[in-house]
Amino acid sequence: MSKPSLVAVAMSGGVDSSVAAALLKERGYSLVGLMLRLWSEPGREDENQCCTPDAVMQARRVAARLGFPFYVIDSREYFYKTIVQSFIEGYESGMTPNPCMSCNEKVRWGFLLEQARGLGAEFLATGHYARLQRDDSGRFSLLQAKDVLKDQSYVLSRLNQQQLEHSLFPLGDYLKTEVRAIAQKYNLETAQRKESQDLCFLGHKDYREFLTRNSPKIMANGKIVNRKGEILGEHRGLASYTIGQRKGLGIAVDTPLFVIEKDQKNNRLVVGYENELSFTELIATDANWIAGTAPASDFKAEVKIRYKAKLSPATITIIDEKNFQVSFDEPLRDITPGQYAVIYDGDVVLGSGVIRKTHFEGNVI
Amino acid sequence: MDIEHKIYLDYAASTPLDERVLEVMLPYFNEIFGNPSSIHSYGQRAEAAVEGARETVASIFNVAPEEVIFTSCGTESDNLAIRGAAFSKREATGANRILISPVEHHAVLETAHQLSKHFGFILEFLSVDEFGRIDPEEVKASIKKDTAIVSVIHANNEIGTINPIGDIATVCRERGVLFHTDAVQAAAHLAINLEVTPVDLLAIGAHKFYGPKGVGCLVVRKGTRLLPVITGGSHEYALRAGTPNVPYIVGLAEALKLTTQNLDTRSNSLRALRDQLIDGVLASVPRCRFTGHPRERLPNHASFVFEGVDANLLLVMLDMAGFACSSGSACKVGAPKPSEVLIAIGLSKSWAMGSLRVTIGKDTTKEMIDRFLSVLPRLVEQVRKNKL
Repeated sequence: MSKPSLVAVAMSGGVDSSVAAALLKERGYSLVGLMLRLWSEPGREDENQCCTPDAVMQARRVAARLGFPFYVIDSREYFYKTIVQSFIEGYESGMTPNPCMSCNEKVRWGFLLEQARGLGAEFLATGHYARLQRDDSGRFSLLQAKDVLKDQSYVLSRLNQQQLEHSLFPLGDYLKTEVRAIAQKYNLETAQRKESQDLCFLGHKDYREFLTRNSPKIMANGKIVNRKGEILGEHRGLASYTIGQRKGLGIAVDTPLFVIEKDQKNNRLVVGYENELSFTELIATDANWIAGTAPASDFKAEVKIRYKAKLSPATITIIDEKNFQVSFDEPLRDITPGQYAVIYDGDVVLGSGVIRKTHFEGNVI
Repeated sequence: MDIEHKIYLDYAASTPLDERVLEVMLPYFNEIFGNPSSIHSYGQRAEAAVEGARETVASIFNVAPEEVIFTSCGTESDNLAIRGAAFSKREATGANRILISPVEHHAVLETAHQLSKHFGFILEFLSVDEFGRIDPEEVKASIKKDTAIVSVIHANNEIGTINPIGDIATVCRERGVLFHTDAVQAAAHLAINLEVTPVDLLAIGAHKFYGPKGVGCLVVRKGTRLLPVITGGSHEYALRAGTPNVPYIVGLAEALKLTTQNLDTRSNSLRALRDQLIDGVLASVPRCRFTGHPRERLPNHASFVFEGVDANLLLVMLDMAGFACSSGSACKVGAPKPSEVLIAIGLSKSWAMGSLRVTIGKDTTKEMIDRFLSVLPRLVEQVRKNKL
């Protein structure tokens, strides 16, 4: 009998990765648990949303219960350089970055996958809700999870064939309720923990506080204007606002106003009425096509413009290998530069790109 | 890899309990279970065991039985020594300085830090040479009239260097200052004769020499006044309250007795294996340095630094490959820091982050060392390559 493949399980101490490990154990894989020690603000380590000493102990207990070794690997410096710095730079250039996406691409399926392979692991498994399919030619497809409410295929859309070939998503065919039941069956004490949606290095704090500490210049006050350039008020730093935002503008008017543009060059926040909040097109760069190459011609598909956004029908125009344009059938109100446009064909993820420009009423902003 | 196929090279962290020690401990769990403080015969039998153990330890160190205080571990012994002496001395004479080496175990270092931060003591540090050794002359020059206690580690846990404890103790005795030494590592390998070495306080822990975890002792020479740290009944000459851990105390004494038999023969064979290991590593791993003293070091102790290596990751790789080692900068929650000891001997961060300690013991064979040497260079190379 050949030796079972060694699988490195990325552990967070939470229920999903713990159950992923339990399922792989059931399937007879030999396991090693890994956790990345990510960067946290000096002096605020305990506020972090992950890899706190507490989370490490949770993961360690799960590994001990299921009977496999567990190690924590230091990636603080690399995480800071690749993720935290570009998070700050993203805001500095007027974008609303999505650091979790780049973390998956560069840290989890970059640094961690490499370390796992270095330890002799054939696969890196995570507790993500998504599915993988391998066709006869050996090509991998990334699909939405069985549990559509928990589906995380959006955040995995940056992965390529080489990464998917060495990935396992054991939870893709399970509902969250089933996962909780398995956790109970194995008596994994993580089952009770609450889930976190915040960015790990922000702790429970608002990202604005973080930016104020780490890049004071982006939090410089400026004018709030309308499309005609009329000054309506004062903003507290462009990074505090996001496209489509209505609350917290501090302007007293009869008809509600919304953020429709962040004019980084002039440090102005452009606001308008709801009917001005209507985007029909976007340009995405840094395209990643799961199949490996861009589709040969334009096509109809569905696009998600945020992790929790709904799928919107659109036409995709391929500009070149790295850039594409999305024209939506119906206008959307909150397309945000810095977020990712992820393209789906049914439940299959075709690829994704970083939103750079949006079209507003036919004019490029 | 199954644990039974793994090779243990971390005897400075802990050792397996000697079967013979286990044998003598067993009756004291359920057969001779009395409380040594009790008046009845159950208590007297337990008391006899504890006092027998005390005599054994006392005769090995050449001290009187009443100078041996049993504790729960080496760390507690260090705490009692530093804290107990500092408070007692200050109360008696007003002395409020603590003088320690920069290569102390955390049990001493953190205790001294707390006394300085929260209790008004002034903490002062000696310097060390590139091997981590303390100069007795510097100790002499650094003692002030209000120095309460001096503490210098006997043999360092991270780099294995043995300090000239006899000379340092003599200097302190001449200056009339209390001297404590953490002999937790040393006790497993070095003959300690306190009749000729005038230390006032000496700490050991049993699990470093094939005894059980959870028991240690502090030798407190006559005339050394300590304020107890754990208060309660008047056990252990009113220096350490709490019902004595009878089976473990019996185990400590038996383990220490067995360890001190044939000390020279055992040390010589360990030393030969260790030198094979050191020579092999230095010959096969590029950008590698040996740490600690080349001769004045524990016979089972080899320590290195590798430039540009994440020691944590190296330990993970080694464990996956079946070898259990240790590092001064390692951290189980993945936030390694360069160790104070390696910084104190003058290493830069890029070297100090890549430290590896390999310590051998009674079950280590030449074949194990050969196997270790056959994988280490490749793993160091891989860790260097995977660094991002």
